[in-house]
Amino acid sequence: MTIIEELYEAVLEGDFDDTPELTQEGLAAGFGPQELIDRAMIPAMTEAGRRFEDDEYFVPELLSSGRAIKGGLDVLRPLLLAGEADPAGTVVIGTVQGDLHDIGKNLVAVMLEGAGFDVVDLGTDVSPSQVVAAIREHRPQVVCLSALLTTTMLSMPTIVDAIVDAGLRDEVRIMMGGAPMNEQRAKEFGADAYADNANAAVRAALALVGASDV
Amino acid sequence: MAAGVIADLVAGAPVLLDGAWGTELLGRGLPRGRHPDLWNLESPAEVESVARAYVDAGSRVILTNTFQTNRIALPDADVAALAKAGAEISRRAAGSAVRVFGSVGPTNALLMRSDADVGAVRDVFVEVALALAAGGVDAVVVETMSDLHEAVVAIEAVRSVGLPVVASMTFDSGKQRDRTMTGVRPGEAARRLADAGADVVGANCGMGIDVVAPVCEAIATAVDVPVWIKANAGMPELVGRDVVYGLGPDAYRSHVASVVDAGATFIGGCCGTTPAHIAAIAATL
Repeated sequence: MTIIEELYEAVLEGDFDDTPELTQEGLAAGFGPQELIDRAMIPAMTEAGRRFEDDEYFVPELLSSGRAIKGGLDVLRPLLLAGEADPAGTVVIGTVQGDLHDIGKNLVAVMLEGAGFDVVDLGTDVSPSQVVAAIREHRPQVVCLSALLTTTMLSMPTIVDAIVDAGLRDEVRIMMGGAPMNEQRAKEFGADAYADNANAAVRAALALVGASDV
Repeated sequence: MAAGVIADLVAGAPVLLDGAWGTELLGRGLPRGRHPDLWNLESPAEVESVARAYVDAGSRVILTNTFQTNRIALPDADVAALAKAGAEISRRAAGSAVRVFGSVGPTNALLMRSDADVGAVRDVFVEVALALAAGGVDAVVVETMSDLHEAVVAIEAVRSVGLPVVASMTFDSGKQRDRTMTGVRPGEAARRLADAGADVVGANCGMGIDVVAPVCEAIATAVDVPVWIKANAGMPELVGRDVVYGLGPDAYRSHVASVVDAGATFIGGCCGTTPAHIAAIAATL
């Protein structure tokens, strides 16, 4: 196997312990950072996403692949040319007030990092004022809100109201997701985009910041 | 003693369980965003009125308001006091005729952290199980589990304190929505849970009573232990800013016979079900 193939396999198989080292080996073998990303990491993540859509991968496998690509990108980021090293954007993400479920939110956060976003993770049980404070501090382009429970998803419009009241609604695009959510509900709650899985969330975030699709 | 509780109930199968608690507590004034389990110490009378409503509706087993009472979900709370209070509240409402099974939900600690300490997670469950036992539960239900590994750890923890254990997983992933979050099918999950020592295995949440029968059948076919089913009242719909589940008491009840035919010994409700749903089932069982 070539080093490109090894790195591809490591990301696809979610081998997050070995990915940074294989990335280093790729550099030592003479590949450029962007080459490793374009020829190994992104194709691996795309394949992992396909497997997820086809019931071959489930959340743990997708999460491991996300962690692996993040480990590789951490090695490469300082080496990328100034223009290439710019993050795709900044995302503030959290599970809304009253809700302690964070698997989906964590998966989306890892996948967004893998796609090159700076991600500020506010954790779970996030209040409207926490979101507003995070927008002021981090100046994100995108805010992602997650809820697992039908009862707690009702915190989402409250958070949107708080963002509007703070005069920050024009500064950010808002995405929503989670088991009880759907496209129409997200629209009613004031979101700019809805995603029903972590793959779709990455595509939606890239679209919102105007970046080209991976 | 341990096997006795389950065997006595199974002798009178099917056994009617309870329905949802969180929505009932919201209806009694629990503020949105406030954690329901904290009410075991803050508003025990309201919690007890939910338990009593299910006893009055005809539940032969009620659970406890302790689904997320554990050190990982509630790091700042007095977990042992909350769990014990939750058990005592249900015990008071249950009297002598109704059994109380302590509710233990997932922490998802093993799923999310590659370096998770399994022993530490087991200790988290042992702490809750001991407190539930001290509060007088007859058994513990490890429920809404997404991760087989964690479910097995929780079963071991409950067994270590000498209580019978029900293990129930959520099947809501995959194209057919018949897998756990980690991709495990019902039959395989049931075998692993029973092998780990669960006295009863089953499924809860994740799917409506109208579509749960095939999952129930797969579990019943895979294992010899009794099957536990608590399904949702259909799919949630949003009406204004209220969440409404599609299946009312009569519609929910109309699906129960097929689930019992598919092998369920214990039958109740999860999200969207109310004491009225349980009463409707009681009238026909």
